[in-house]
Parts: sequence; C-alpha cells; structure tokens
Amino acid sequence: MSTKYDAIIIGAGHNGLTTAAYLARAGQRVLVLERRDVVGGSVVTESPWPGYRVDTLQHFGGLRPDIVRDLDLARFGLTTTRVGLTALQPGGGALELGSGGGARAQAIGAFNRTDAERWPAFTALMAKVAGFLNEVYAAPFPRVPQIDAAEAPALAQLGLKLRGLGKKDMIEAVRVLPMSMLELLDEWFESDLLRGALAARGVHGLMQGPMGAGTAFLFLHLWANNDSLFQTRVKGGAGALSEALAQAATGFGAELRLGAEVAQVKLSGDRAAGVVLANGEEITAQRVVSALDPRRTFLGLVGPDALDPEFVWATQNIKLRGCVAKVNLALDGLPTFTGVTDAGLRGALTLSPSLNDLERAYDAAKYGGLSERPYLEVSLPTLAEPGLAPDGKHLLSVHMQFAPYRGEQADWATRIEAIVVNALAQLAPDLPGRILHSQVLTPRDLETRFGLSEGNLYHGEMMLDQILFMRPLSGWAQHRTPIENLYLCGPGTHPGGGVSGASGRNAARQILKDQKA
Amino acid sequence: MLLGTPFHARTQPLNEAQVWRRWSGYLAAGAYELTHEREYWAIRNAAALIDVSPLLKYHVHGPDAARLLDRMVTRDVSRLGVGRVLYTPWCDTEGKVIDDGTITRLDAQRFRLTAAEPNYRWLSMNAVGLDVTVEDVSSQVASLALQGPKSRLILNACAADSLDGLAYFRVTHTRVGGVPVTISRTGYTGDLGYELWCDARDAVAVWDTLMTAGAAYGITPTGILALDIARVEAGLIMLDVDYTSAHVATIPEQKSSPFELNLGWAVDLKKAARFVGRKALAAEKTSGSAWQMVGLEIEWPNLERLFWEEGLPPRIPNTTVRASIPLSSLGRQVGYASSSCWSPLLKKYIALAHVEAAHAKPGDLLMFEIMVQHKHRYTPARVVPLPFFNPERKRE
Repeated sequence: MSTKYDAIIIGAGHNGLTTAAYLARAGQRVLVLERRDVVGGSVVTESPWPGYRVDTLQHFGGLRPDIVRDLDLARFGLTTTRVGLTALQPGGGALELGSGGGARAQAIGAFNRTDAERWPAFTALMAKVAGFLNEVYAAPFPRVPQIDAAEAPALAQLGLKLRGLGKKDMIEAVRVLPMSMLELLDEWFESDLLRGALAARGVHGLMQGPMGAGTAFLFLHLWANNDSLFQTRVKGGAGALSEALAQAATGFGAELRLGAEVAQVKLSGDRAAGVVLANGEEITAQRVVSALDPRRTFLGLVGPDALDPEFVWATQNIKLRGCVAKVNLALDGLPTFTGVTDAGLRGALTLSPSLNDLERAYDAAKYGGLSERPYLEVSLPTLAEPGLAPDGKHLLSVHMQFAPYRGEQADWATRIEAIVVNALAQLAPDLPGRILHSQVLTPRDLETRFGLSEGNLYHGEMMLDQILFMRPLSGWAQHRTPIENLYLCGPGTHPGGGVSGASGRNAARQILKDQKA
Repeated sequence: MLLGTPFHARTQPLNEAQVWRRWSGYLAAGAYELTHEREYWAIRNAAALIDVSPLLKYHVHGPDAARLLDRMVTRDVSRLGVGRVLYTPWCDTEGKVIDDGTITRLDAQRFRLTAAEPNYRWLSMNAVGLDVTVEDVSSQVASLALQGPKSRLILNACAADSLDGLAYFRVTHTRVGGVPVTISRTGYTGDLGYELWCDARDAVAVWDTLMTAGAAYGITPTGILALDIARVEAGLIMLDVDYTSAHVATIPEQKSSPFELNLGWAVDLKKAARFVGRKALAAEKTSGSAWQMVGLEIEWPNLERLFWEEGLPPRIPNTTVRASIPLSSLGRQVGYASSSCWSPLLKKYIALAHVEAAHAKPGDLLMFEIMVQHKHRYTPARVVPLPFFNPERKRE
C-alpha cells in the first residue's frame, strides 16, 4: 500500500511530539494530529485572561536530559531551572528544601536534629534506587512472562543492573519499591512537616493515601523522572517545553495538524491502516501511533468489536481514577506567606503538613467526597518570571488533591475553589482579597479538555499492578497492541506518568526496531 | 441446598424412587418410574414431558442486542428473523468452544439465549461498548420440553392457537391453561417436539394443562436418563460430557473447536460481524482439524463372543455412559468415546466419539475398550455418520 506517511501520531502531547521527533529524525514521514488548536496536551501554557500566560494543568516538569540532548531542544529555546521544595506550615513558617545539600540539612535541622543527620543517607539511597529505575526506563520493558528470544538479553541486562546496585542496595531497592510512604518514612524521619512533604510526592496524582502500599514506588518514579526529589520549571511556562518539542519535530520534517480530531483508527483486516478524522477525512499511513491513554485508544478509537473480549475487559479495568483538580488564580500582587522566604516561594510549595493530614485528605475521596483539608501543590511562576502576568500581577497555580472523578458533583468547581482559597488563606491571609481571576478544572474538565480518561494525569494510575511489564496490560508491554501496526506512545505505557518523554522516546525506538526486523 | 424447579410441586410426588440428579443447582428427576425405559419409549412413540427449567436462560435486549450475540457466537445472528431460533456454539479467542445453546429472536431487539453453564460474565465482557442489557432470567422462566410424535396433537388440544403452522426452529406466542406461553419447535431428542417457556409463577398451571390434555396420548413425565439416550441417538453433544468448556479446561488438550465437535456447519466465517475466535477458526478451517467427533456403532458379533468366552450373555449399559472409553487402531490409541449407550430403538450399541482426523471416515474400523468379567478387552466399532436417528417427523 502506498501512502504518504510512515506514521500518524494521534495527539500532540509531549509524548506524542517526542515520538514524532524521534521518528522524523530517523527519516520517517510523520504526521501529528492534534484535536486542540494548541500543542502540548496537559503540558500547555494558555491565556485564559489577557496578559497572562497560565500553565493550564502541569506547572512543573522537564524531559529526560538525554531526550533534550538527542533532540537538541535547547536550540528551540527550552530552558529549565531546578526548583526547591517548600513545605508550608499552617499558621506560618515553612521547611525550605531550597538550595544545596548542606543548606537543606540545616533547614531540616531547624525542625528535627535527627532528621537532618539522616537526610544525606536517605537521599543517597533514594537516588540510587531511582537511578536504577531510570535505567529500567531507558528502554521498553520485556514482556513477562512471554518473553521471546529477542527480549531475553534486555531482561538479563535489567538483572545485571539490579545486581550492579551491590548486594545491600539491591535488596534495599527490592524491599523499598512496594512499600507505603508511611512505612518508608517511619524508617527514616520524625518531623511531621518533612514526612508530609515527602509523602505528598508518593501520592501525587494517585488515588491513594500515603498509608497505601506502593506509594513509595510513585515517590521513586517521580524521583527518577526528575532525576531528583526536586522538580524543574520551564522558562516561559510549561507549554514552552511542548513548543520546543513541536519545533524539533517539524524541524526534522514532521507535519503537524492542529484542530484535527481523530475519531477512529482505520483498520484493514486486523491491521491499522490509518485514521478517520471527526470531519470524515481519511488519512492512511503504514503505522498509527496513539499518544492517548489505552482506554481511549482501544475502546474509543479502535472499538471493542476489533478486539478480544478479554483484552477489552482488561482495558476497561485499567485503573484511571483521576483525583486532581487544577486551580489557577490571577492575583493583584504577591500575597504575604507568613514566614516563607522569597527563595522558598520560588520552589514547589506543598501543603501537606503531615502524613496523617494526607491520609485524611484521601479518606474523604475513598467514599467519593472532596477533601475539605486537601493536599495542595502550589507554584508561583511569576516570582521567577514576572513576564507571565501583567505588571505587578501574579499567578498562582494549584494542584488540589483529592477531588475524585467518580464522586464529582455539579457544584464541585465552586466548592473546590472555596476549599483551595480557604486553605491558602491560612498561609497567606491577604490572598483571598487579591484574586482577580480564577480558573477551576475538575477531573471531569480535565477529561473534556485534555482527553484524560477520568481526569487521570498519568493515563493509568501508577500502582504496583499497573507498572513495568503490566503497563498498559500484562502481555502488551513494548508499545505494541493486538492491532498490528498500531502502537501506543503515551504514559499509559511503561515507564509511565509524569513529564519525562520516556514513553514517547521508547515507543519511537520500538517502532524503528520493529521496522528493521 | 439444591433447589426445586418451578414444577417441583408436581414432579416431586411423581418421583417414585425419589432419585434426583443435580442440574445447575436444581433437583432434576433421573427417572420418575423405577426404570427409565417406559419414559424413553414415550419420547419415541408418544410424548414425553421433561422439566428442563435448570437450563441457563438469558434475556439480551436493547439496540445492540443482535450485535452482542453476533460478536459472541459463531453463527450469523443478524440474519435471524423475529420468531426464529438458532442453535450455536460460542468460542474463546482461540476458537475453542465455551458452551452451546439456542438463541431465540423474541422481537427485533430482544433475544433469549440458553446455555448449559453460567455465561453472564462472558456476555458482559463481550458487551463492553454496546447499548445492550443482559439479564439472567434462569429462575424466572420455567421451561418444559414436550417431545415425541404425539407432542403436536397434545399442544393442539390445549393451546389457544394451533401449532400446525409452526416450523422447525420457529417460535410462537400463545396461551396454555390460560397463561401466556412461548412455544419453540426445538428439543434435545432429535424427534418431533417442542419446548415451552413461561413465567415460573405459571409453571404448575401449564404442567397440569398438558398432563390433562396429554392423558389420551400417553403423555409421560420423563427424567433425564431417558433424555440422555435420546440425545445420543440424535447425535447431540453435552457440555462437560462430550467436551470441556474452554473456560474450564486446565490444559489446551482438553479444549475442542466447533469443527472438532462436528459443528463446523455452525461456524459462519463469512458473516459480516467479527466474532470471538474468528481468526483461529479461519486458520483451522484452512489447515484442518486435529480431531473429529464421529458416531460409532460397536459391532455385535465380537462383543457377544467376548462375553460368551467368559460364559456370560453380553452386558450392555442400560443408561448412557458419560465416561471416556479408549479407542485404538493397530494397537495405538487414536481417540475416545465420550457418551455411549444401547439404543433401544435402533437395537445398536452406539457412541459419540472423538477420534484423530485420520480415523474419522464413515466405515473406518476402531477398537472399542470394554470390560468383560473385570478384564480389559477391545472389540471392533465402525465409524458411522451422525445422527444415528433422524426421523422425518422432526422437521415435517
């Protein structure tokens, strides 16, 4: 069959664009189709109000450094800065894990001497285990248990890497990964504020409290994505990252079409042969690569008819329980956060004063309710980059957890805003009076706007039964699908969620490899 | 505890030996009299009234009801008209049979599916993305089989409408004993016969009406021992006896494809809908099946001689043997019989058997294992076409 394209990529999120860029770089004829009029998916900066550049959903995140290098993204203006982690204390004050190792230990020491002493050993071990995960994330995961001969060396290599940690750390890594944050932190720290701040990373975007098994895995996964406990901020807003990727992809020759919603993956027999757009247009290609989540891809674009019932059933059972709401506020001036330094405010601010507070925030969500005292991750991007708002104005960007998708009620947008503003007012009493504009995105809004099924940020929860060779489904790792020539490149595949580009890059590698075979 | 069917108030006092078999969690009479023989002859010569309520029954309704069934089964449901019934197996992805049963199109968007084993989960798994409702109505719908040459006369004597126009594998709605009854011209005996479907609360009224109207025609409450002989004569397979459901099998060798069960005629590879197992079945159709289900007639002279040598008259099981019996050819085992019985009508010792494809031609000779005075013996059996018994009145 002669067609114009080697590959059609569905969705111009950061993973779709990464796949497109790698494929185009390898000389493939690539077409990227994006439903919205803007690239980036959930990594996007938009202007809901004149003069403001708002990170609509994701406000932190960089790509894996090797991807940045491979695609020469610096050339397209991608600049990122590592930011600190500031744990806010209700009533004022904060634990500022801002700069350099010594300063961090000192900051911790102000709260708890023992914790400060343990800090270096903790970070060294976590970095080592996360480093191991990062190695695992560098390539598609072998299919367990049906590995074929070609995959056996990859699995053996993973074994060697695990051994490479050394006997003691190897056992430590295997022991720690399935733990709860509670169990992990009980072994290390005493200070509520520090435990709350760390535990929050283990439940970020996850429908689970820090007492739930496997939350240590998410903590380490996000550590691996960032190559650090600390996150990064993109200059110009998170969307600048996606734009740099889009430029790189088109620079390598990929075509990009915005406002082009794919309605269906077109099949020829049991193979993908192209796509049908919502307007009825058909475009053929040798391969179709979906950056959408597996449920949307298989049940929405392919349709259950073309798939085995067991596969359909398993796809339907992928856990995607979104629990994050996004609140963006435009402020008439910088609010006064009592007892927090300017440097501290430039970091990722977390309101999770203790591990118990996080677990209680989750308690409500278990039964479908909103957390009245939620966990907040806050960013004040205009401190470092005033240009994102008109003169003298500021932006405040909040991930609010938990707002469980399955419990959502009509009044949640209003209630979420009230809950968030009320919680922030405990930290910065003048904040409510400074609000000029607000935007609230509930999990349902995230689903509608970004196509995230159930509003899940990760295209599939990062839980122990949905990772490694079980992502998206056991037997279907390696970006391939039951439909020949249809691939997945989104975070619903191994290694999974967070802004890293690893799924997109690994998918491109697999596609190129399969083509040679 | 096993449950009584909706007819239990009537069947329980009739069961002379109080011997009950278990069938899908219900009590089912093995035979009402002390032997099943008269009941068997009622099937072939008069009319047998058989309580088949323990069958699993599902109502599938909604705009996508036909799509769901078409996705699941191997025959083309889209072409099944209202008022028609079809028999079909359904398979797993590997094209191995999960279960078999009938589908009745009650109206454009409403079907009844019968099954031997619970299939609600499988139906649900196949219904993802479809606008369809599946209801397990097994306990709400009572069913009676009225089978035998006099069955039509009995129904004509008591139903509100004549059954004369009801063709084979068609269904009609009428009243019996004043209550609404759906009657299908179907059955598990290979004879002229009907199955009646009614609300479980009306069951006794329907039973009483049939028994009264049927008295003049020799209507006979009949248990499943007699039924089990009739269905072997008719070449009809039984789940868990003649094959293992693909959902239950522990090893691949225990599974069978429809082709291997003599149900290749029920696999419609040309139908428009993609259905579960299609790919595997298309491949098997091309490459050929490893196994074949055949009819066997165990030859009499040698059988008689083997017993004679022990000083015994031939001993033949008087009910259907639901056990695996080895078959060999030139000293090598090439198959097994899964159901075998003496056919009182044909006066033949017959069996349903699985044999390697190379030994499935009518006329092929196989050695059938029997026990003679506690000793293993082999005796010749001949492959014959199925069914063993197929009277014209079944379809007329």
